[in-house]
Amino acid sequence: MIIWIVLGILALILLWVAFAFNGLVSLRNRADNGWSEIDVQLRRRYDLIPNLVQTVEGYATHERELFEDVARLRNAAMGAQGIDQQAAADQAVTAGLGRLMAVAENYPDLKASENFLALQEELTGTESKIAYARQFYNDQVMKLNTKIQQFPTNLLAGPLGFTPKPFFQIEDAARGPVQARF
Amino acid sequence: MYEQISANKRKTILLIVASVLFLGAIGYAVGLVWFSGPAGLVIAGVIAIVMSVSSYLYGDRMVLAASHAREVTAEEEPRLHNVVEGLAIAAGVPKPRVFIVPEGAPNAFATGRDPEHSSIAVTQGLLDIMNRVELEGVIGHEMSHVVDRDILVGTVVATLVGAAILLSEFVMRFWWFGGGGGRRGGNDNSSGGSPIELVLFVVGFLLLILAPILGQLIKLSVSRNREYLADAQGAMLTRYPPGLISALEKIRDAPHAMRGANNATAHLWLEQPSRLPGSGKTTTMEKLFSTHPPIEERIKRLQEM
Repeated sequence: MIIWIVLGILALILLWVAFAFNGLVSLRNRADNGWSEIDVQLRRRYDLIPNLVQTVEGYATHERELFEDVARLRNAAMGAQGIDQQAAADQAVTAGLGRLMAVAENYPDLKASENFLALQEELTGTESKIAYARQFYNDQVMKLNTKIQQFPTNLLAGPLGFTPKPFFQIEDAARGPVQARF
Repeated sequence: MYEQISANKRKTILLIVASVLFLGAIGYAVGLVWFSGPAGLVIAGVIAIVMSVSSYLYGDRMVLAASHAREVTAEEEPRLHNVVEGLAIAAGVPKPRVFIVPEGAPNAFATGRDPEHSSIAVTQGLLDIMNRVELEGVIGHEMSHVVDRDILVGTVVATLVGAAILLSEFVMRFWWFGGGGGRRGGNDNSSGGSPIELVLFVVGFLLLILAPILGQLIKLSVSRNREYLADAQGAMLTRYPPGLISALEKIRDAPHAMRGANNATAHLWLEQPSRLPGSGKTTTMEKLFSTHPPIEERIKRLQEM
């Protein structure tokens, strides 16, 4: 009799371990998936930058320094490692692009050109996709981290190799309006 | 949300079973009169199964075709594509296919069977008057329908009810022109006696009486709460309720007459489409099929978020 009760309890514990493990795995995969989506969108933006610089260059010939700045920031961001570094580098690119677009405002011919309008839409679209991807990633990370820290899953998470993931954060400065430099 | 998804799957199965049984019963009754055997039941059963399977597999295509929607590429409509892709990322689902409906009234709908097979359609009028933030609000609402599988129930109901409405119109017309024309020919013998004519008349009449019941069926399967829920969930996706509020206000103030307004698909749209011009007006038949909460109430609830 007692042996059956013990076996039953053991089976229940095993079942719980299996469910908790699978839950953690699917949360981690969703977070990883969210991260790769951020990566895809960031890369798409880096691919846009040379095009954009080239188009603006055709009209605004006196902004050499700014173009070099943007190119440098882009290269730095493409070589960034890890989430924190990537977030910081990306923030610098965003600021640089803000300056580039602010300069473009001064050239009516440029603003009216079809090529520039198309690039502007692509840039706006990609930036909002980055924001949505970041939102999704951070949501998944929050769920994963909560699960990892909550009792009783926390008893399992450590031994099974689940660690909390970092959020993709932006510094407060980047949330305000971009300062144009003249 | 997961409860919503499984409730929608249950509803769809129930609907399909009910319509198979219903068509089977009609077929059996007709078969008794016509062939005096089970042939009617077999034929109706086959039709019912084919109809259910195709409403599940091809319902989205039928709904899109009935609305004269045209698929657009990212090159043609970059802004719309970017917004749809952005919200798909936010919701964590694959990007739906993107369609445009050539109508002036601002409106939108989503269809398909699951997030992997989904489409979002907006009218040309909506694209013309909405700015980016408002468009994001509208697409966020539609994306919530995709995530919650509301599109599955909505699409299956649309095709089943659409088929019933089409069938009843076909039968009534056949009886009207075919039967009536024969009478006018002067052959008195066929006017009352032909069993085929009688059967068609009875079936057509039954389906005509059925219209209000069908309307009720749509209302039962597509509750008003669903729209409030999609509004709230869509606003959660964009993290910006004022976008959808402003979009709903523009829809409220725009003349919303839609040439292709259709009772079978009305429940799918963001806001009840109507054949009548002027905001807020609907025909009696459209009221019968109305599933949308008043737009003012939707705006108020969003403002309270």
